[in-house]
Amino acid sequence: MHKVYTKIDSIAGNVITVAAEGIKNEDLAVLSTRDGESLASVIKLDGSHVSLQVFAGGRGVSTGDNVRFLGHPMEVSFSDNLLGRIFNGSGQPRDNGPELTENMIPIGGPSVNPAKRILATKMIRTGIPMIDVFNTLVESQKLPIFSVSGEPYNDLLARIAMQAEVDLIILGGMGLKYDDYLSFKETLEEGGAMSRTIFFVHTASDPTVECMLVPDISLAVAERFALEGKRVLVLLTDMTNFADSLKEIAITMDQVPSNRGYPGDLYSSLASRYEKAVDFEGAGSVTILAVTTMPGDDVTHPVPDNTGYITEGQYYLKNGRIEPFGSLSRLKQLVNKDSRDDHRALMDGMIKLYAAYKESLEKKSMGFQMSDWDRKLIDYGTMFERDLMDLSVNIPLEKALDKGWEILSACFTPEETGLRTELIMSHWPEKLDRS
Amino acid sequence: MAMSKGRVVGINGNMVSVEVDGDVTLNEVAYILLGETRVKSEVIRIRGDIVSMQAFEMTGGIGVGDAVEFTGEMLSVELGPGLLGQVYDGLQNPLPELAEKCGFFLERGVYIQALPRTKWDFTPSVKKGDVVRPAAMIGEVPEGIFNHKIMVPFSLRSGSYTVEKIVKKGKYFNDDEIAVLTDSDGNSHSLTMNFTWPVKKAIDLYEERLKPVDPMITKVRLIDTFLPVAKGGTYCIPGPFGAGKTVLQQITSRHAEVDIVIIAACGERAGEVVETLKEFPELIDPRTGKTLMERTIIICNTSSMPVAAREASVYTGVTLAEYYRQMGLDVLLLADSTSRWAQAMREMSGRLEEIPGEESFPAYLESVIANFYERAGLVRLYDGSVGSVTIGGTVSPAGGNFEEPVTQATLKVVGAFHGLSRERSDARKYPAIDPLDSWSKYQGVIDLKMTDYARKILFRGDEVSQMMKVVGEEGTSLEDYIIYLKAEMLDAVYLQQNSFDPVDGAVGVDRQKYVFTKIFVILGSEYSVETKEAARHLFNQIRQKLVDWNGCEWKGKQFAMMEKDLEELLQKRLVSIDSEVEKYIER
Repeated sequence: MHKVYTKIDSIAGNVITVAAEGIKNEDLAVLSTRDGESLASVIKLDGSHVSLQVFAGGRGVSTGDNVRFLGHPMEVSFSDNLLGRIFNGSGQPRDNGPELTENMIPIGGPSVNPAKRILATKMIRTGIPMIDVFNTLVESQKLPIFSVSGEPYNDLLARIAMQAEVDLIILGGMGLKYDDYLSFKETLEEGGAMSRTIFFVHTASDPTVECMLVPDISLAVAERFALEGKRVLVLLTDMTNFADSLKEIAITMDQVPSNRGYPGDLYSSLASRYEKAVDFEGAGSVTILAVTTMPGDDVTHPVPDNTGYITEGQYYLKNGRIEPFGSLSRLKQLVNKDSRDDHRALMDGMIKLYAAYKESLEKKSMGFQMSDWDRKLIDYGTMFERDLMDLSVNIPLEKALDKGWEILSACFTPEETGLRTELIMSHWPEKLDRS
Repeated sequence: MAMSKGRVVGINGNMVSVEVDGDVTLNEVAYILLGETRVKSEVIRIRGDIVSMQAFEMTGGIGVGDAVEFTGEMLSVELGPGLLGQVYDGLQNPLPELAEKCGFFLERGVYIQALPRTKWDFTPSVKKGDVVRPAAMIGEVPEGIFNHKIMVPFSLRSGSYTVEKIVKKGKYFNDDEIAVLTDSDGNSHSLTMNFTWPVKKAIDLYEERLKPVDPMITKVRLIDTFLPVAKGGTYCIPGPFGAGKTVLQQITSRHAEVDIVIIAACGERAGEVVETLKEFPELIDPRTGKTLMERTIIICNTSSMPVAAREASVYTGVTLAEYYRQMGLDVLLLADSTSRWAQAMREMSGRLEEIPGEESFPAYLESVIANFYERAGLVRLYDGSVGSVTIGGTVSPAGGNFEEPVTQATLKVVGAFHGLSRERSDARKYPAIDPLDSWSKYQGVIDLKMTDYARKILFRGDEVSQMMKVVGEEGTSLEDYIIYLKAEMLDAVYLQQNSFDPVDGAVGVDRQKYVFTKIFVILGSEYSVETKEAARHLFNQIRQKLVDWNGCEWKGKQFAMMEKDLEELLQKRLVSIDSEVEKYIER
């Protein structure tokens, strides 16, 4: 069965072609080169011509190298032994620990039957007011963090990994800078969160094909843990690198590019990964938070654009803050009615006032006359940005709501806030002078 | 005719090349045999003895040499009683039954009978010796809120048939023989309540197509008053992500005044389908007193399900719609989103190595989209009754740019365009349909001259607001400023609607006419205000009263009280009413 083929017909980029019989689509093979062994997977069959993408890349592959087909698709080991470990994109350890081979499960499995999904009802607390109060993260949600390169998105992810109230964190790194990888590791080790974390990391210097495997392998493991009743949070960074590696392979395979060189199935490829976010009836859940850097701060770039159509909202990271405009958690309505009676009203009211603040700010910069109301708004906006929006603020939801009332009462009279009278009666802080 | 057989010679993504011996038909269904598993596929190109097929499932594990069985049938759906309330995937597999059989995941190669085998209470309407034509009614069974007409199968194409045998009134399974017909050549045809029809072929068994005239009420003010959709018409909703396309469709699927709603969720998020799935069985349809689910069919091929079945899902949807139209019912098909379907075509076209058109979409994109929307229509059936299929499709243009091929191809063939704007949704102005850019060719519930008058004020108000950004409030004349305030008020109290509010969420026609007339008078009135502050204050008051009025139950006590309140406020400041406006009011 495991016949070895010793003649490689063509090598183009990371794709090699061999003449072989009886091979199944998506099967795995081992390619032995003078540099060692690499896995490869079948991506196209044409008569007896079998095209494979080589995980370690095509560089250094010789036409005389050996290809041995394994007769099964890509798999990953699944057990509690994964916890606290670090692997690369093809599931090999990169932390000097032992290789895991028990209980292999396939990756990129079938889609969940929509009839077996349930509506999300639980929030995930992160301790970040801009998330907890204004755009609550909900279990089983899929949300991207749209960011310009250079923003502290990885620090944000690391903080969420440390603080999020879930059972398990899976971190999928794609094209990570090596320093970023190390600082992720350090942060989690120092914070003592390593024992509930699994890393699948592809760094910028690793072969491209492995980058493509990271989401699949991370999500396959997450899905299994969820089926066992665990609440899993999958953090992916950065999905734009993933899309770029799809592009690279597609071009190598002579596919007709559709938009800025990306393959026509970019939407489907992204969706089949994001749609792994699920709340299983009677078991656990998978939540996905994925960084998508926007090349040139352009949200209409194909990667953020297609992502926006797939995900349930988005966080915009701009100037080191999560922007209240544009950011949206489509599922927050499902949870913020039960958290605290003032949550919804305060959230809407504060954002409306913040929008008014922005207008006043614009007016000021245009040199129009400032009214008393404008000045109040500017005070409010400054406090809001300092005490709630700043990413270093780290307080639980209830404290953040109290803080919100404090800011309101410091800047406005109760009628000016536009909030309902009953709420004001029960939440307005007793005595706080403007200072 | 013996069915052809073949074997796999190549695989590229979800395209499988097969070498075939014997005859094959374009668009015929074939199965790739993988041991016990049968993978459904459709023939999309034939070149000599090499056939290209799109597989409706994942192609992992298929190898060169695997056997292929052709069926000789085009991709078809099963039609008969029991369709209402079902949740299907794109190939008409009932998803709840699949879940029972396979658990959490959609397993490959599992296909389930679309219609449950249940007993139906059949009442015949023909007798032995009667002559019937295809699509004629031969009996009926009660299905939920309707009497489901059992018809002569549409696939019997030769003119007329004589009823040889018809069963007596009683309970029968849907696959029991209920009648035997003979054609003019003496061949007999056995009929059950079910029959099949190929999805890509429009059902054309009617006397004539009529011009869509009557508005289809959606209970969304902005649509019914300004951008109406006719029964039997078509409309599209393009919009950038997050602008509320799906929410708008969900609202329409709830409140639309039609007999049946078919939701084709094509390549979109699963979570949204789940919302509908869990909520509809609990929501009561005020028109029938039964749950909304009883008038709904959901076809869902979410974004993570195999791509080829996406194309099938919109066709499955429209075929089911046409089937119920044949019973003289008004059916609304909501397709969300047609862009995903177009992308599926693009993917396949790429694999077939066809020469790409604009943005790599295939050159035939426009004609395929046109053909799909043309399946909507108002028709007079052979028995004189009238039925309609209305199609509303969302479009998800890349980058929110309406210049792209799918939006443009759609705009050419639809009767109404509801373009969503990012600006409006960012400002939380819902529904985020752009009232200035959007258009409709249909007649709405309110006199066109009146709505035109209101639209003119919207346009003028927009101009003034643009100008004000440059010259500031200081540099704007009081007259212009009042027009701006009127436009703002119209937007806030009429165009925007709170879909979460139990009263404001769905506004009937009578109320729309009544409230619009009131606002129309305000738009055409001159009030005594000396300064901009006074004007702003007055219109803030009017707006507040109208918003509160919107929240009062139609014709309730509160409603009358608020109205009186508003009238008092208006009368106090009224100077004169535009003569043009007065003319319409008197009529």
